[in-house]
Amino acid sequence: MSNLPLGSRIGAILGRMGLKGRTLVIAIPTVWLLIFFLIPFLVVAKISFSVAAIARPPYLPIVEWVDGFFRINLNFGNYLFLLEDPLYVAAYLGSVKIAGISTLIALVIGYPMAYLIARSEPDRRNLLLMLVVLPFWTSFLLRVYAWIGFLKSNGVINNFLMGIGIIDEPLVMLQTDFAVYVGIVYTYLPFMILPLYANLVKLDEAYLEASADLGARPVTTFFTVTMPLSLSGIIAGCMLVFIPAVGEFVIPALLGGPDTLMIGQVLWNEFFSNRDWPIASAVAIVMLFVLVIPIMLLRWAQSAGEGEAQ
Amino acid sequence: MSEVISSSDARPWTDPNAVPFLQIKNVTKKFGAFTSVYDVSLDIYKGEIFCLLGGSGCGKSTLLRMLSGFEAPTSGQIIIDGQDQAGIPPYNRPTNMMFQTYALFPHMTVEKNIAYGLKRDGLPKAEIATRVTDILSLVQMEGFARRKPHQLSGGQRQRVALARSLVKKPKLLLLDEPLGALDKKLREETQFELIKIQESLGVTFVVVTHDQEEAMTLSSRIGVMTAGEIVQVGTPREIYEYPRNRFVADFIGSVNIFEGRIAEDGESHVIVASPEAGLDIYVPHSISGVIGQKVAVAVRPEKVMISKDDLGGLRNKLTGTVDEIAYMGDASVYQIRLDNGKRVRVTQTNLTRSEESTLNYGDRVNLGWDGSAGVVVTS
Repeated sequence: MSNLPLGSRIGAILGRMGLKGRTLVIAIPTVWLLIFFLIPFLVVAKISFSVAAIARPPYLPIVEWVDGFFRINLNFGNYLFLLEDPLYVAAYLGSVKIAGISTLIALVIGYPMAYLIARSEPDRRNLLLMLVVLPFWTSFLLRVYAWIGFLKSNGVINNFLMGIGIIDEPLVMLQTDFAVYVGIVYTYLPFMILPLYANLVKLDEAYLEASADLGARPVTTFFTVTMPLSLSGIIAGCMLVFIPAVGEFVIPALLGGPDTLMIGQVLWNEFFSNRDWPIASAVAIVMLFVLVIPIMLLRWAQSAGEGEAQ
Repeated sequence: MSEVISSSDARPWTDPNAVPFLQIKNVTKKFGAFTSVYDVSLDIYKGEIFCLLGGSGCGKSTLLRMLSGFEAPTSGQIIIDGQDQAGIPPYNRPTNMMFQTYALFPHMTVEKNIAYGLKRDGLPKAEIATRVTDILSLVQMEGFARRKPHQLSGGQRQRVALARSLVKKPKLLLLDEPLGALDKKLREETQFELIKIQESLGVTFVVVTHDQEEAMTLSSRIGVMTAGEIVQVGTPREIYEYPRNRFVADFIGSVNIFEGRIAEDGESHVIVASPEAGLDIYVPHSISGVIGQKVAVAVRPEKVMISKDDLGGLRNKLTGTVDEIAYMGDASVYQIRLDNGKRVRVTQTNLTRSEESTLNYGDRVNLGWDGSAGVVVTS
């Protein structure tokens, strides 16, 4: 026993406790998710059912001990309030719209880029991929600020266009939804390109040749072979752009105007300006469901599709 | 199909007036500094199964890809059915290809895979359905229309790939190592089926293969390639019995090579003095050359007689010792060491059933072959 390497001995001890190596490996991410996702989520969920108060923390406890009675006060008012005030519904819809359109634009721009990188010479690919990831080496905040310099009335773009005489007075770009789209697409484009690239680089060229051989022009081949075969990459890329874009706070705050209504800003305002933690928590919980339900439906549709193929 | 095939129909290449269906004229393909195919010219006739045979990297696949339009020749011309193919993209060529990896679309069912090419031609739905059903029954895959490629075995995928490439009734079907992924037994069965299908449809096949057995079984003619060039074109029999040079002799089947020099160049024979064999080898109806020219004589192992007794009237006779015996079931292969150390391979069909080999290790044996068994090859 003592001659065994340390790893085996630990394994044997854990084995007697009913733990196997495989269980242990799975346990690490499980514990991680438990501590950093599930517990904070439950805390937020708890706050969302409480009543706001001028106190520290600024809400009343849910569980009370009154006159020998154990009382649970569940306040659904916060959720009802979200429905009553059209601001919240509009903010949710606005977020989903801006995130959805940005995702589509990112897909249209990102797909050809990913395709080109995947089809270029192998030793060239790494360079191109590095160029895609390169912006991450600068702070995200700085890059968004840089866009202000591009988009503002006397910014780079307007000065250039006026300089060559295409326009007489500056275009209003900053503090519009347009600027928000530019910011989101620019920021999240790498998240679209990388999963698409990972998918397209595995695409066997023989499929494309077979399609051409059977009489399909390149455009037909793209829509009947390339795109369906890269569907999982498209879905992954869209998820990676859409989900953070829905909750985006910094980009609309810096580039957006007073009309730009996104749920991230509403959440920030409720939390820090109004100090209404219960409402803010309810907004966060609803946002989670707005995001999670479409994803679950999609996963379900995917696995149903695979099940049919089996 | 006509019942009686006249000799010129069966062997169109022997008819000087026959018009080749596929003409490859001085085609060269270079990738950068590397020449993959060099100055290949070939005439292939309607209804042929023509095999391009060669080792890996000999340029056979590149040649096939030029026929299908995936690669453009650096120089030279490809003419299919009278039409120059220069500049015509793959999707407009009258060819279809069966890929080595089959390249069946993984996201489509068998049915949709086969219908793919027909849909691209804009055929009416009803006709597509009939043709898909017909071709599926031709390749005996009727029950599998709704399956996806990953639910099929290797042999089934091969059939679907064949069906997909045949369903458009191409003028020319190109097959890249069509049976390479199948195991030996399945391969042998499929070879004969492929010939049957080809005969029933009358499509011209060009097959690329590295497997000489496959080439021998399938083809009407074989083009042997090495280092980007065609070294010999002929029927399987011609290639096997009359290899033009040592590479062909060695590549197709096994062979004994005896180095030597021409000692006598007669009217209907040559005599090659071969110190390696310790013999002046007599070869009738062979090439003529200069006295003293370096040549070699190739003799197939199955054409060499072996016996402990005297071999009588054979022209070329040797003696040696049995070094090695390999019993293969249908035949036995013997390695005989001549007295000067040269090893000779002899194959003998096991005609009778016996438990004991008639020859044993270390036996002194006589070897011999008839004059016509040998072929003179230049380097």
